[in-house]
Amino acid sequence: MFKFDKLVFGDLGWGDELLFATLMTLIVSILSMGLGLFLAIITVWAKIIQSRITRFIANFYTTVIRGVPELLVIYLIFFGGNAVVMSIAKIFGYNGYIELNALTIATIAIAFISATYSSEVLRAAYLSINKGQVEAAKALGLNRFSIFIRILAPQIIRYALPGIGNVWQITLKDTSLISVTGLVEIMRQSRIASNVEHSPLTFLITAALLYLFLTTFSGKFFKILEIKFSQGYN
Amino acid sequence: MEQLYISLKDYLIFKNFFEVIKGLDNTILLLAISLPIGFILSLIFALGRVSKITFLAKIIAGYIFVIRGTPLLVQIYLIYFGLGSIKAIRDSFMWYLLKEPFWCGVIALTVNTVAYGSEIFRGGIQSIEKGQIESGKALGFGKFMMMRKIIFPIAIRKVLPSYGNELILMVKATSLVSLTTYMEMTGIARRIMAKTFAPVEAFIAAGMLYLFLNFLMVQFIRYLEWKYNAHLRVSN
Repeated sequence: MFKFDKLVFGDLGWGDELLFATLMTLIVSILSMGLGLFLAIITVWAKIIQSRITRFIANFYTTVIRGVPELLVIYLIFFGGNAVVMSIAKIFGYNGYIELNALTIATIAIAFISATYSSEVLRAAYLSINKGQVEAAKALGLNRFSIFIRILAPQIIRYALPGIGNVWQITLKDTSLISVTGLVEIMRQSRIASNVEHSPLTFLITAALLYLFLTTFSGKFFKILEIKFSQGYN
Repeated sequence: MEQLYISLKDYLIFKNFFEVIKGLDNTILLLAISLPIGFILSLIFALGRVSKITFLAKIIAGYIFVIRGTPLLVQIYLIYFGLGSIKAIRDSFMWYLLKEPFWCGVIALTVNTVAYGSEIFRGGIQSIEKGQIESGKALGFGKFMMMRKIIFPIAIRKVLPSYGNELILMVKATSLVSLTTYMEMTGIARRIMAKTFAPVEAFIAAGMLYLFLNFLMVQFIRYLEWKYNAHLRVSN
């Protein structure tokens, strides 16, 4: 049932392939988490400035993406993304076929999903900061940039870290859906291996263990970060 | 004769919409079975998790750890492809369930939601003040009475927002069952895409239906919150 000999490194087993697949999962997760955080900051900014239009767009974006299955978002970006890029290229006079590579598509798709969760976390963190602190900083004559860097950012990071840790776990697990686009990460590699070796149980359990390993250890990493950033508070 | 106007139903997106809506009942069927069973099992598991039988509590904690640490897709594949590859299971009565992608989906969704749900309920149960339970004891309540009259009503009010969140995640999670060839809304949208080569129209049609389904779910949760928090309602 469970074929341990198929998991060795080298030509006889799938050990090295699975190791590279794990690295690919990590790379996609980190890239899309980063891009997602960037999008989330823009979304939060759009929600808190006093503009109806940007707030409407940001709310529409978060509501729709959070109300639609992740798989649909990925399908839409994977199959529709090329068409969008090609139609943009047509405007600039290029009529050929363009195909974005799988890693780019995967990163963008997961980042769009991850950003909706991150933006809620960051917004809650921003709102939990006492307004008096910003007023005090203004009274001291700090400009807006210094207020953000010295007063807001350190506190936002501290408040948001537990939530960001949760979003990271969700993002990491969402990368398994990217396997439908053909990017060879843990899920895809284990499906390929189980089809070749006719042993789905071996490779699916291995995939589950690899995900468990990633989520557990990154969870520990976030715990350490939390302790580091809350120094001087407890 | 030359056609002078294009009627609404000639638009691909509307055609797709009526095609995808045929999968709505399959999506709802998945939810209708896995959500109630998941709810009841979540409660039982949460009670087991906080019980004084450390052996039981440890097993449930391990189960929650494994399920929450792995993607739902792995769980669906493990049940659909993995369990089916064991000969002992293929020969047993379980094969009647596990050979159907539908039941594999139901089992995977239930297993998944129980792990998240029982953690939510555990939070609700543990957040109950000691004094409430002590006063229950002072009134001579037995274990079952305590459960029914004190712990359950207080816990359910506390966990409603987060359990509601979990319910919405479950609506979205049903789309993954399409990867086991089960034809619910995402599966049909994918088939339309393969037929028409128009991905955007197909997936937006499905997306609108999911949004609608989640909208109904949110209304349902809001109604429950309104109903159970009668004591907090402001009368005017």
